[in-house]
Amino acid sequence: MAKTIDARGLSCPQPALLAKKAIGENAEVTVLVDNGTAVENVRRLAAKAACDISVTETTPGIWEIALVRTGAADRPVRP
Amino acid sequence: MKGIKNIFAGPWGIVGVGMIIGILAPLLQKWGNPGNMGVCVACFERDIAGALGLHRADMAQYIRPEIAGFVLGSLVAAYLFKEFRPRLGSAPIVRFILGVFAMIGALVFLGCPWRAALRLAGGDGNAILGLLGLAFGIWIGTLFLKGGYSLGRTQRTHHTAGWMLPLFMAGLLSLMLAFPQIVGEAKSGILFYSVKGPGSMHAPLAVSLAAGLLIGFLAQRSRFCTMGAIRDLLLFRQMHLLSGFMALIATAAVINFILGQFKPGFEAQPVAHTMHIWNFAGMALSGLAFCLAGGCPGRQLFLAGEGDGDAAVLVMGMIVGAAIAHNFGLASSPTGVGPYGIPALGIGFAVCLFIGLTMRKNIL
Repeated sequence: MAKTIDARGLSCPQPALLAKKAIGENAEVTVLVDNGTAVENVRRLAAKAACDISVTETTPGIWEIALVRTGAADRPVRP
Repeated sequence: MKGIKNIFAGPWGIVGVGMIIGILAPLLQKWGNPGNMGVCVACFERDIAGALGLHRADMAQYIRPEIAGFVLGSLVAAYLFKEFRPRLGSAPIVRFILGVFAMIGALVFLGCPWRAALRLAGGDGNAILGLLGLAFGIWIGTLFLKGGYSLGRTQRTHHTAGWMLPLFMAGLLSLMLAFPQIVGEAKSGILFYSVKGPGSMHAPLAVSLAAGLLIGFLAQRSRFCTMGAIRDLLLFRQMHLLSGFMALIATAAVINFILGQFKPGFEAQPVAHTMHIWNFAGMALSGLAFCLAGGCPGRQLFLAGEGDGDAAVLVMGMIVGAAIAHNFGLASSPTGVGPYGIPALGIGFAVCLFIGLTMRKNIL
């Protein structure tokens, strides 16, 4: 089940923390963020949590980050 | 994507920035800054509070250009890379109070996380207690973060609001130029200057400012954060920011050794005391407060430079906290803790725990 996290306006580490929790509970997660630091943090999280990641700047200053867990159930991520 | 590609935020970028700070800090000490205090955000903001007469501790009065450089260097980087985002409104009064107690904790230890690292790199064993305390305070903060602690969302605002702290810093520099230091005089115009003690020790203005601008620029790009280094290790098992922090310590130790500034031991270290419990507890309070506020004192200056009005409020809280610490005998000295330092730590922990326990994300 895909889940959307609206992390706009939240400062680090909250976007990455919310994304980490969500990807532990869902195979697909979309995270909305509004700063480059959050994009970098979620990117590092994805590398650590074995997720595919694609980042799109939907409007200037707003990024939509799609996370897809690879290997799904056999690779649980601690929330 | 092009807009957010950032080599400084990569693994070698953050290490490189840590190394550059690790080279500059001992050099600033060689060029005049106090011992193991090439860069100390808390000490330098305390000196600024003194220069403005907010406290009258006569050994801690100087407008430190490094601090202005941190903010203005970050401002330049943020504009160049289109990252200037004026924003505020995430519990500013709470951030102010966190700034006050972060500073009080730092002045019980005698240094912020930056100086704790530099003290260790200069051979000061007391810094080990401080760094352990810092990690302990941050660990408490991560428990709150895991439990849903949040100061809430920021809002976009006018550019004017984002410019407030950079303009304040430019104003401080202007005051220095209008009322330059007169050798042997404790006052020049409206500014106070130390004639003895750490406040009297400083690198030349242009050198301090240039180093501050360079560090501010690089730290904005790399997101360098001494608190985040430990927090991310505890929260995410990530070494990214920590690698920068470690690079700073290792590089500064080498440079100190080369410059003959490495003096291992616990006794008679510059601007330090040997009360281990209070070194630990002071930095623990500071670490907890910075963790709850989302960044170390340096990071707060860099965030303020990229338009974060909430970080600017925390900086103001730290400057006021320094005034409180010195006016009411909370700050330590090389002889030990101040007369009211220990109860102030107790109050600080109580306030931080209250904030951490009660501010949950369910209002978002």
